Formats: sequence, C-alpha cells, structure tokens
Amino acid sequence: MSIKLLLDKVHVEGIRTYEVYKREGGYRAAEKALKTMSPDAIVEEVKKSGLRGRGGAGFPTGLKWSFLAKPEGIPRHLVCNADESEPGTFKDRYLMEFIPHLLIEGLLIASYALGSNNTYIYIRGEYAWIVDILEQAIQEAKNNGWLGKNILGTGFDCNIYVQRGAGAYICGEETALIESLEGKRGNPRIKPPFPAVQGLWNRPTVVNNVETIAAVVPIINITGEEYAKIGVGRSTGTKLISACGNINKPGVYEIDMTISVEEFIYSDEWCGGIKNGKRLKACIPGGSSVPILPANLLLKTAKGETRYMNYESLNDGGFVSGSMMGSGGFIVLDEDQCIVKHTATLAHFYRHESCGQCSPCREGTSWMDKIFQRLEKGQGKMSDIDLLWHIQYNIDGNTICPLGDAAAWPVAAAIRHFRDEFEWHITHAAEAQTRNFGLAHYADPLPVVQ
Amino acid sequence: MSEEIKKEAPKKFTVTIDNIAIEVAPGTTILQAARMIGGDVVPPTMCYYTPLKESGGKCRTCLVEVSKGSEKDPRPMPKLVASCRTTVMDGMEVKNITSERTLHARQGVVEFLLINHPLDCPVCDQAGECDLQDLSFGHGEGGSRLDFPKRTFTKHNIGPYIQLHMTRCIMCYRCVFAADQLTKEREHGVLDRGYHSEIATHIEKALTNDFIGNVIDVCPVGALTDKTFRFKNRVWFTRPEDAHRDCDKCCGKVTLWKRGDDVLRVTARKDQWGEVQTYEDGTVGWICNECRFEKKNTNDWVIEGPTNVSRHSIKSVNHYINMLKPKETIPDVMGRNPKLLMDIHDVSEVNDPSIKLSKINGPATSKTFNKLIENKE
Amino acid sequence: MAVQFSQDTMNKVQEIIARYPEGKQKSALLPILHLAQESFGGWLSVETMDYVASILNLTKIEVYEVATFYSMYNTKPVGKYVFEVCQTGPCMIEGSDEIINYIKDKLNIGVGETTQDGLFTLKTVECLGACGYAPMMQLGKHYKEHLTKEKIDTIIEECSKSASVNN
Repeated sequence: MSIKLLLDKVHVEGIRTYEVYKREGGYRAAEKALKTMSPDAIVEEVKKSGLRGRGGAGFPTGLKWSFLAKPEGIPRHLVCNADESEPGTFKDRYLMEFIPHLLIEGLLIASYALGSNNTYIYIRGEYAWIVDILEQAIQEAKNNGWLGKNILGTGFDCNIYVQRGAGAYICGEETALIESLEGKRGNPRIKPPFPAVQGLWNRPTVVNNVETIAAVVPIINITGEEYAKIGVGRSTGTKLISACGNINKPGVYEIDMTISVEEFIYSDEWCGGIKNGKRLKACIPGGSSVPILPANLLLKTAKGETRYMNYESLNDGGFVSGSMMGSGGFIVLDEDQCIVKHTATLAHFYRHESCGQCSPCREGTSWMDKIFQRLEKGQGKMSDIDLLWHIQYNIDGNTICPLGDAAAWPVAAAIRHFRDEFEWHITHAAEAQTRNFGLAHYADPLPVVQ
Repeated sequence: MSEEIKKEAPKKFTVTIDNIAIEVAPGTTILQAARMIGGDVVPPTMCYYTPLKESGGKCRTCLVEVSKGSEKDPRPMPKLVASCRTTVMDGMEVKNITSERTLHARQGVVEFLLINHPLDCPVCDQAGECDLQDLSFGHGEGGSRLDFPKRTFTKHNIGPYIQLHMTRCIMCYRCVFAADQLTKEREHGVLDRGYHSEIATHIEKALTNDFIGNVIDVCPVGALTDKTFRFKNRVWFTRPEDAHRDCDKCCGKVTLWKRGDDVLRVTARKDQWGEVQTYEDGTVGWICNECRFEKKNTNDWVIEGPTNVSRHSIKSVNHYINMLKPKETIPDVMGRNPKLLMDIHDVSEVNDPSIKLSKINGPATSKTFNKLIENKE
Repeated sequence: MAVQFSQDTMNKVQEIIARYPEGKQKSALLPILHLAQESFGGWLSVETMDYVASILNLTKIEVYEVATFYSMYNTKPVGKYVFEVCQTGPCMIEGSDEIINYIKDKLNIGVGETTQDGLFTLKTVECLGACGYAPMMQLGKHYKEHLTKEKIDTIIEECSKSASVNN
C-alpha cells in the first residue's frame, strides 16, 4: 500500500462535516501553524517540502510564496484556483466534494503564511453543488472559531469566500482567473507584472491550485522534511491522479510518485487494467493539454527505461518522446479508439475555450478545428497533416497565455506519434468512416535510443 | 523645469537591438527603444498605440527574441516576447530582423491575421493607410493556405458617423481603450468569446459620444471608418493639409484631406508611426466629433500648409511637398510633348471635378453620385 | 413583468457585494448574473442585464461583455430543463455521441434547440470535470453521470412529470 496524505480519511463516514473531520485529527495542522509558527517559518517549511504546484505547471510552491511582494499598507490576497476544467481532470472536485474541510484548513494556514485576510476560492461555475458544500464547511469553520476575527487569539483575521465562475476554461489561467474575480471577461493579462506584485485589484496575490493548498496540511503535520522524503527526486509528496477512459476502475487516486506507469494502469489497486480485456493503445498522462503517448513510449522511455508516475520520468525525452505530469488527468485509450477523432474533440475544445484576445490562438485554434472536422468527415487532404503541423508550430509559444501552447501540444504529439493513422484516415477515407485504425504497431517495442 | 535638470541624471540602461546599442531611460519598452533607433529594426505593431494606456500585447506582430536578459542575468528569454509590453533591462540584447525565429513567428502571425480578413481592399476606405496592408506586404506570404469560408458576422449599424465592418477587424482592442479613455461612457465593447468575439454594442445603438470619432483614427484596419467619407475617394487621391480652428472641446488641430477645395475628410494629425500626434506639452491631439464630422468647408479652417507625408507612403503620390519631379524624357526623345489621346472627363462622369463630394450626405455610391450629375444638368 | 429581485435575493446580492473591498463591487458581477439568470427565466435579457448594471453601478456594455463571454450565461431564452451534454475527449471515448443522438431523436430537436412545449433544450458543452464518470451531462445544478439510453428515458420522464405537477 502506498502512502496517503490527502485522501486517507476520505472514506470515513461523515468526514464532510466539521465534527467528524475534527475528530479524525482535522485542524491540528492549523492549530500548530497559527500557535507555534511564524508566517515565514511556514513558507520555509513548504519550501523544504519541495511541494510543486499541482495545477499543471509544477512550479515550486514555497518559491512562489516567497516571491509575494509585501508593501506596507496594501492588503495581500490568496486565491484558490478551483476552476478545474482541463479535460481528464476531476481530482479537485473529488477533494472539495468529499473532504472540504481539508481545503479550508489548508487555506487558513496558507492565508496566515501569506498574510491574506480575505481569501477567495474561485470555483468553476458548473460545480454549483460544491459551492454549497464549501460554503457549509466555511460556515462550520467560522462557528468553531477557525475563521473570522482574531483566530485562536493570535490576532489574525481571515475570511474565505467562494466565487463561482460561469463556464470558461481560460479562467484556470491565473491572471484570467484574477480578471474574472474582478468581474471582467476572462482575458489573461500580459505578464509582467506578475500577480505576486500586481494581482487581484492590483494587490499582491498568490494563486494556488486546490490540491496544492490541501497538501500544505500534511506538510505542517509531518514537517516539510518528512514530506520531502516521500516520492522521488524533485517529485516529492503525493499526487492525486484522476484516471479515466477505457479502464476498469476510473476514479481519483493518490499516489506517492514512485510507482511505474505500467503498475498504475494494470494494478488492481489503481486503474485495474484496460476495460473489456482490450489492449492499451495510447494515453494522455497529465490532462488533455500534454502530449499524447503511444503505448510503447508510455510504458518505457526512449532509452528503454521504465517510466514512472512522476514529473521527471513522464517528462523524460522532452516533447519528442515524453510527456508531462500536468494536472494529473490520466486519459487511457484502448485499441478501439481513433486518435484523429480524439484529437479532433480536443481541437474543438480549445477553439471553444480560446478567449479570442491574441491572434495566433483565436485564429489558429479555429483553423485547426476546421481541418480536423474535415478529416473526420473523410474529406481530408494529405497536405492537411503538414498544414496542421505548421499551424500548431506557429501558435506554440507565441501567445499571451499558455492556452495557445495547450492547444498546440496535443495536435503536435498526435501527428508526431500517430502520423500513419492520420495518413490512413486520408487515403482510406471511406473505410475510416466505418472502422478504426486499430492498435497497429503502437504497442510494439521500439528500438532503444542511446 | 530648470530644477529638475539640476537633479542627478537618472541611470540609463543600455540595450542592443539587432547589434545597434542605445541608451534609454529605465521603464522604456523594447519597442520604444527600437523606435528611437528607427529604420528597419522597428518591429511592426497592430494593437499597441502609445497614447492609449493598456494597449498592446495582443496582436503578437511585434514579437522579438531576447537573446540576453540583462547584464545581471544574461540568460536568454525562452519565448519570444511582445516588444511593446516588455521593458528593457540594462545590458539586454534583442534580436528582431536578425532573428530567424522572430521573422518566422511574425510570418505566422501575419497569416493568422489575414486568414479571416476579407481581401476587399479595392472597396475599403482604409486602403492606402492600412496597417494590415503594410504588414502583409512587408512580412506576409504570397498566397493563403486557408481553404474554408471566411468568418462572417451579423451586420450592425452603429450610427451616422461610424461605419463598422466587423469582418475586417483584427481584435486589437484599441477602439475599446479609446472609448474607455476618451469618452464619458463606453457604449461598445468586445462581445462573445474566441473565434466569434466581435466589436459590438449588443443592442442596436448609435455611437454618438463626443470624441468617439477617434476610434476611426486608432483602428489599424478598415473595421471602423468615417461614414461621411465613405466611398468618396481613395486616400491617395486626396491631398492632406494641416489646419486648425478654435474649438472649445478639443485642440482643433487636424489634417484635412482635400480634393481641390473640397474637404472630404477630417482626421487628427498622425505622427510617423501612424499614431495620433502627441504635442510638446504632452497633450494628445484627439479631436471632437464636431471638428471631424461637421466642419467640411475650407473656410471653417485656418490652413497651415501641406502635411508632411513620408514619401514611401502611397499617400504621397498626390502630394507636392518635398517631391522631386522626375525629368520628363519624352520631349527629349520625341522632340515634342506627347498628345493627349483623350481627357477622361470628356468621356466619363466618374469623379467629375465639378461635383463637390463633401456635399454628398453619406456614402458616395454611384447612385448618389449620378443623382448629383442629373441635377446639375 | 418588471425586472426586480425579491427582497430575499436582494439581501443575498448585498451580502455578495460586501465580500469585496469598497469600490470593487464589479467583482460581484458573476455571482449576481447567476442569481439574475435563476430569478428571471433561466436566461439574461437585455432588461435583466441593464438591471444588474444599475445595481452594481456599471455601464451596460460592461455587463453585456461579461455575459456574452461566459458559456453558462444564456443570452437567448432556453427551455425549463437544459440538457448540457459533454462531448470532449474522455466523454467521447465512452460514447457521448450516441447519447447526444439519442436525445436528439427522442426529443426531436437539434443541438441548441428547444422543444416546442418549451420544456427541454439540448446543448453540447465542453469538459465539465466528470471524465471518470462519463458519459455525463449537467441538468440544472447537478450532474447526471454514467448516462445510458435508459437513464435518459427516466430523466426525461421525471422532468416532464415534475413540470406537469408544477403547472
């Protein structure tokens, strides 16, 4: 059994309520932090833990916290990013729905460390019922003296508010989220200035993912050093993975980043193998934005080494033969799935979610979507593949925010690894309407690159 | 002023753009520094507009490569940066036209801007002073790779002064900033999202706010044009003259675009970057609706003289300042002047010089023009 | 019908505005548009948006800009029950296409259309964060997950029933 820090109590009956959460050892970390530690000591502790942002980019959290500007007389804010919209990702929802007090406790500690008296949770609008759960939890925490004025007699005031978004993937980008929280269109800002200097209402702001904030609780409980011992290398602690697609047991799993990808897919403790006894064709290991990998490159790196479920190993080989940990949305595709069609739905997704502010993303995503629709209808041309490649290349890295990159990478990876499937779609247009390309050679062992 | 000079001169940053070094004040953007150098190293801009706060960063045509971050931190920046919104650091090294990567990315951006742009320059009033024309001429490809129908929008009427062609829009947001910063209440904005985002008013509404006419001047393409100038003439056939009048609302300093004594159009004065002139006292030469739309008589204005137009611009063809007339060669060769085979006005009524275009209310289409000819007869 | 929040809703509005610092009441725009949409027939008419603008002391265009940006705000009337079926990758793998087609046939409407009795609207949406429980759709405040044709039948039946009871 692997270590569980976030979800160890999730199956306890009634853990959603304050009483049960407290009985199970909840708010111990908050008490320890507020009573015995200084804000700077907490930041130090998080730095020591090696915790990396769990929203997708994997930026060290302690470092991010230490960048927060602290000018005299200007309030600072902590904003929790619960705008979980990356296809394949549903871990934050699980955490907030079933163990909301963990997030509240984490937010309290982080607010204290950062000096945020008004903390906001920006949650995606579709999670309407979770808003109620969170507001209930906040009310309970308030009633028991964990929020409000002069918490635990420390003189620290903290309020947490839940802000509901209204359907925009782009608001998961931190500056777009801030704009949205200010009641504007979710157009990402041009950086610099970074939110740590000028964020919400031009005040210094830290935006952290739900899971990142929740992980602060065990870090305070077991100390940063102990937390850093879990996992491997710079992938410390535990990570929530939301597994979906053609697997026997879709769901949210907490892993300690030492297990291999193969074990994660086939072990009964996790995904439980491919559904209906089919064979694995491909997998997107970190949410729809990260490159898709064919089975052979997923389980083994190009060097022939076993691939593990952690930041470094998944990234082994860069974008040529590797992928990314991303947000932990693990999408598994079996031999019956069509890569072209799957990538087409993603292209459509990014076209729909582009804010339209900068030209490469606004025009490029829609162009790619149109080409994919044509491919899907069997009207594709051989030149379309190269055209798609050029479009994604022209978008990648040239946009204001990472949505452009996120739209370009899945297309690039699909063409890079599954070019023959694309070609087959064009040369066998009629046949492609009735059947799929199948597994082909995508699970065959590759020659090892030294 | 004199006291300020006495203070110690603030530290200057040295920045090198395409191997040309220049010293600039801290806080200067790469684009501004490049403009100080001038010439080919200046990145093109479509959305950045100096007098409008918060503008820039969106069109991505001014992307440049930063090959050295600063003296302190010499690491190159991993991505290309928008030069209009990136401030220089001491010792920064920037590559614009010397960077293959920049030029390639720019070519890509131009393609993106053009794929849904209708190539209706022959009937567009902006043609001849259109930033997108210049950009695609300078940086674009010869052909288009898009083989889908172009994007279209429902047409909206935004009043008697301004013509909106949403299909031509490149979403630079300049007009939104202009309305925000110049008028009492902004009445138009960016609606919808992504591919379908558009400049609109949501409800059918005429934009009549004083100073709203300036959105025409800031629009880099023909999306917002002057309805009172619509179809009256090509800009390169008109002759620009600087003029002013006493106006209690604005600075009253304008450029008149004339044909003979006929004032066809009034605009604010533009500087060499195509932006509305900022005067020495720091005021920006925005003009009010009255000056722009309602003063179309020469005697409304005090004429200062011909506007200085860059001789590289198409607008200089009909211009007489600084113009070197090429030597007539035909008389030398033929020993006499060539005979005019026909005068266009003898056979066609098009552009009959006796018709005052400025007296036509609204667009000068063939219908309205022919009616005037009939009346004359 | 004049657009006017009830006293209860108005209290809620004031409570939301109080979450933000003085002068930053624009931040309350998104939650209040949600309230307005719930209160005034499931969509935002120009009248409704103007009303929200007047409450928050914003220009009208600011509200229009925001309302048209976010996909959860309907700027056109919708049916009493809106089926928002996810069609992104992970749901597609699990057969969301079939579900969408089934609803189309069953209700005899296309995507984005409303049935003649004004009860049902079918919309396709992008990822709703329930990929492990695919295929799924959003109906009102809640998610309907692991959809099958039989489940769709039951849902439609229940909705029709509760609609006829309410009338």
